[in-house]
Amino acid sequence: MRLEGRCLDKSGSGNVSLIPEEDEDMWHVYNLVTVGDKLKSTTIRKVTSESSTGSSTSERVRTTLTISVESIEYDTIACQIRFKGRNVQENPFVKMGAYHTIDLQLNQKFSLSKEKWDSVALDRLDVACDPSRTADIAALIMQEGLAQLCIVTSAMTITRARIEQQIPRKRRGSCTNHDKALERFYGTVLQAVLRHIRFDVVKCILIASPGFVKDQFLEYLLAEAIKQDIKVLLENKSKFLLVHSSSGHKQSLKEILADPAVAVKLADTKAANEVKALDSFYVMLQNEPNRAFYGFKDVERANESNAIEMLLITDELFRSSDVALRQRYVALVDSVKDTGGSVRIFSSLHVSGEQLGLLTGIAAILRFPLPERNEDSSDDSDSN
Amino acid sequence: MARHRNVRRLDFDEERDFGDIYGRSFEDEVAISPATASQFMYPHGNTGIALSSYMKPHPLETQSEKLPSSAGASGAPTQPNQPSQPALPSQYLRSEPSIKKPDKATAPVETVTIKQSQSNTKMGFITHHRSNIDSSPARSPSPSVLPGRSTPTTTPIRQPQLTRSSLKGKQLHLIDVLSEYKKRQESEKPTINLVVIGHVDAGKSTLMGHLLFLLGHVSKRTMHKYETDSQKLGKASFLYAWILDETGEERNRGITMDIAQQQFETEHLKIHLLDAPGHRDFIPNMITGAAQADVAVLVVDATIGSFESGFESGGQTREHALLVRSLGVTQLVVAINKMDTVSWSRERFDEIVTKLKSFLKQGGYKEGDITYVPCSGMTGDNLTSTLTDSWYKGPSLAQSIDRFRPPPRPVEKPFRCCIADIFKGQGAGICVAGKIESGYVQSGETVLVVPANELTSVKTIFGGDDISAWAVAGDQVVLTLIGIDQTKLALGSVLCSPEAPVSITSLVRARIIIFNIELPITAGYPVIFHYQSVSEPAVIKKLLSQVSKTSGDVIRKKPRCLTKNSSAIVEIEISRPLSLELYSDCKDLGRFMLRYAGNTVAAGLIIKIL
Ligand SMILES: Nc1nc2c(ncn2[C@@H]2O[C@H](COP(=O)(O)OP(=O)(O)OP(=O)(O)O)[C@@H](O)[C@H]2O)c(=O)[nH]1
Ligand SMILES: [Mg+2]
Repeated sequence: MRLEGRCLDKSGSGNVSLIPEEDEDMWHVYNLVTVGDKLKSTTIRKVTSESSTGSSTSERVRTTLTISVESIEYDTIACQIRFKGRNVQENPFVKMGAYHTIDLQLNQKFSLSKEKWDSVALDRLDVACDPSRTADIAALIMQEGLAQLCIVTSAMTITRARIEQQIPRKRRGSCTNHDKALERFYGTVLQAVLRHIRFDVVKCILIASPGFVKDQFLEYLLAEAIKQDIKVLLENKSKFLLVHSSSGHKQSLKEILADPAVAVKLADTKAANEVKALDSFYVMLQNEPNRAFYGFKDVERANESNAIEMLLITDELFRSSDVALRQRYVALVDSVKDTGGSVRIFSSLHVSGEQLGLLTGIAAILRFPLPERNEDSSDDSDSN
Repeated sequence: MARHRNVRRLDFDEERDFGDIYGRSFEDEVAISPATASQFMYPHGNTGIALSSYMKPHPLETQSEKLPSSAGASGAPTQPNQPSQPALPSQYLRSEPSIKKPDKATAPVETVTIKQSQSNTKMGFITHHRSNIDSSPARSPSPSVLPGRSTPTTTPIRQPQLTRSSLKGKQLHLIDVLSEYKKRQESEKPTINLVVIGHVDAGKSTLMGHLLFLLGHVSKRTMHKYETDSQKLGKASFLYAWILDETGEERNRGITMDIAQQQFETEHLKIHLLDAPGHRDFIPNMITGAAQADVAVLVVDATIGSFESGFESGGQTREHALLVRSLGVTQLVVAINKMDTVSWSRERFDEIVTKLKSFLKQGGYKEGDITYVPCSGMTGDNLTSTLTDSWYKGPSLAQSIDRFRPPPRPVEKPFRCCIADIFKGQGAGICVAGKIESGYVQSGETVLVVPANELTSVKTIFGGDDISAWAVAGDQVVLTLIGIDQTKLALGSVLCSPEAPVSITSLVRARIIIFNIELPITAGYPVIFHYQSVSEPAVIKKLLSQVSKTSGDVIRKKPRCLTKNSSAIVEIEISRPLSLELYSDCKDLGRFMLRYAGNTVAAGLIIKIL
């Protein structure tokens, strides 16, 4: 993301101007803007004007509007964010207080002003504007009859294609049905690979599966590349990497990212780190259950005793439209940092973030054991 | 507490009555857009007609049914050819076969038409399929599930009843299957489904292949061909395994990848053999086979070191034995194989038996239900003929298998058959394979496919290699279905009697028994839900209570996490709706396994459908 201007006062209020340049930047924008913020950008507005004769004409005008955001919708596939809200700045075409929707797209400049830029928002801004970003990887997760093509970037995992075809089983005396269906399946997957992977952008393409599906598919892919003379495949042959996974479902991505061979390639990506962090939480839960807490209440309680060594929290919680609630989360994060603990904000688009989200969205590894809450007060342990 | 009492007694009848399933609305759970609805939901008028035409022409009844219908459908019985309606949207065409097929018997003239409309269907299917491939799961739960379930009082559910009763005693339902089955029980050997399990390379395929050869199921010529061909590939030792490992990939690599099926007979039994793969990556396939099995042969490799590595934690000897036990197998033959490599050492045999005995006892097997047999799949010793001049005086492998007791079959219960394979047969229609879990079926009968909620008619039934007029619970069958689009069929779909359909759900409450896992289970824990022949991603949504493994008493409510070897009541959300049954209604269809990252995490019983 390109930072065009930044003007914050001491109290933390102010505005920044940004231009999202990549898919991932849209995700950052989505996480930066909260309900109540003021967003300014160019937009198209249909204006109806009445002439002196009484006939009305309507035309579409391009204008710059500032709205106070009331709802935010993010479309990962179209890579677009839709902000709805009321106009808060005088404008020749739009009345004050009138509703308007701004569709924000890639490379569209906007400026965002907040009453208070809290630490989480500022961190997010720094990450988003950091030019040294890790390269994307593509992961093709397969099993017989099922394949998913995911693009993993630093902050997002996006499924680009999901292919499911029923493959007849081998039957006594005849495997032709099975073999033919499998060949057709590989053909479809190859089409998806060609359509969805930008070979110039991705650093490597992981092909993962249980058994020999991955080997068979790579064999098929290379054979077809020669047969049909598909240059892009031949040139990028070295980017393919075979990895073992236990299934063709998306949850296997966790195993894939934790695979040592992949870890080397990924070095220090956020996705792999999150997998590691969540794993260490589970290991702690197994070995010393009194040092692994989850659920907002329990974690807050642990924080009161300055016990948190590492806080795991999903970014989903910070998107809460309840300002007071968001502030409590931010306060927790700040307090953990102040007491020397580390904070991992998980992306809810990654598989491990998805899992953390289902585990109340918040978990903590403690420095020292604390007694468990008594059972009776457990009623809201799974709220959120 | 109600919950806790239920668990202990495993009596869940009070949890669910029929009013409950019929009274449910699924609309809220599976939201569909109006566009989808208009594409997939057939107007009632149409459905009614499609069904009514199953009936023999019964002037009064058919007319009254026919009148209020739309043009397309009312045209069906009278105008066999439909060129007059080229503008009909394809979904109407798709439902066409189901309108007309059943008339085939009565009106031979129409056969041609049927073929036409069928080719229509097929083309429709292919294009539909192609356009679907990238963006969405081709097997996604069909929205047409909804009409029947969401409008409980309307035709789709009641109609089949009408159909059946009106057909009873007439042309199709000639056979009184139950009494035929009684006769068969008296005159023929009972059938038993046997799964062969064990660690990779224990010699399962070789053992069973050799047994089949010795029993005369493989010709000398074929055997000779396998011998020379396997030699050419440098896999000479796999010649007997080739009898069961038939795909090129399996033969090249010398590893079984999917279940192979064969039939053979022993003195008192007809055996349906399911040879499972041992490699841990293929456990999903092994589960498919084990779910269909009544009894099992556990093969272990007696070679020094090999038994040990298969028996270690992480080896499949343990995992497989526990899996089949959790899936309802209680009788076991343990084949201690490759005895030739330890020169038939009695000490080795005894050593292995001792180790397995204590493990299997812990795993929930009764000692009296297990037989230990030393053998060699390679040399063929002690497979069909007993050993002479040896320390071992017990039965041969075939004799031990012959002593399995066939389990009682729930033939009186409603018809259920879980689809394990779908393929295109030679003639018209689509073939599906599976084991009949309960009830019976006969050719010509109309059955319901769930979760698609589509009626289809069973054209032919193959049991083994032969066509049979009927089949009952416990039989392995291939059914040719007509009047249904292939997109409505999926692995794991259940064929059931229209009067008593199985439930469809993506949220269940279950009692699970947790295996020896490394990391604890919490709420939000992702798993793969293995049920019959499907495996679907799922999430453990809520940990309701931890219960005692033996008594089922609640130990702790709302536990924070579940650790190894404990038992609990949990709620599981499956990523898409499946057709499931309560354990109390049908044991085999009420069981499932949970796996994560290649390890079996837990076995479960469905105690409530939510
Ligand atoms: N010496 C000896 N070798 C055997 C015996 N039985 C099997 N083998 C060898 O063990 C190897 C594996 O045999 P398979 O039958 O493929 O084993 P499997 O258990 O079916 O293996 P998967 O299905 O892949 O798990 C082959 O090389 C066989 O020749 C035996 O009784 N004695
Ligand atoms: Mg085998």
